[in-house]
Amino acid sequence: MTAEIRIQQDDFDLSGEIRRLTEGRADVGGVVSFTGYCRDEGGALSALELEHYPGMAEEEIARICTEAEERWALKGLTVIHRYGKILPGEQIVLVVAASTHRRAAFEAAEFVMDFLKSRAPFWKKEHDVDGNEGSWVSARDEDEAALDRWD
Amino acid sequence: MKVVYFAWLRERVGKPEEEIAFPGTVRTVADALSHLISLGEEYAYAFEKPEIVRAALDRKHVKPDAPLGAAREIAFFPPMTGG
Repeated sequence: MTAEIRIQQDDFDLSGEIRRLTEGRADVGGVVSFTGYCRDEGGALSALELEHYPGMAEEEIARICTEAEERWALKGLTVIHRYGKILPGEQIVLVVAASTHRRAAFEAAEFVMDFLKSRAPFWKKEHDVDGNEGSWVSARDEDEAALDRWD
Repeated sequence: MKVVYFAWLRERVGKPEEEIAFPGTVRTVADALSHLISLGEEYAYAFEKPEIVRAALDRKHVKPDAPLGAAREIAFFPPMTGG
């Protein structure tokens, strides 16, 4: 299988993406998805601005997906990451993993998300509700630490 | 060599990318970073905490001791915050 990777400004549709991995086949036993949303941080945030490194974002996510495919027997893997201005409540990122059995799908989806957070070249800038351009989101040590358990 | 910057590094340097002819003494990513710091105060400000700056050569993550080799593009950016 080849992972489907899309870096786009537009929103995405979870059910359509699951259908794309399952339609017309009967060898998929389980699909696990993770959707990341933009929080409003208790009403303080008006929008997130997501910057990315075009080219490297796709390539780095492809490297993460290849690693996931080597670790687990997957029937399908889709990663969609948006960039540009994203409002609270909107979707930011989607990972969908399909496999014969549930465990591979659960673990692969989590693995891809963990690595995507600390390795895919995206940066979030916060805009506050007063219309001011806020600050760049700081990386969290726990995101980096989350990678250790996959060693 | 094409040098690209992202996020607050881009804002501090004041441009998204530029072409820089590094002197022959610049062999590694860390050397390139040190050279950039010498170019002016905006660079010194951008790279004031070099230990937190990440780098990529031809769109692959690298460590500071990585040789530039025949790479055509070097990128500097803060720790990533996607997902």
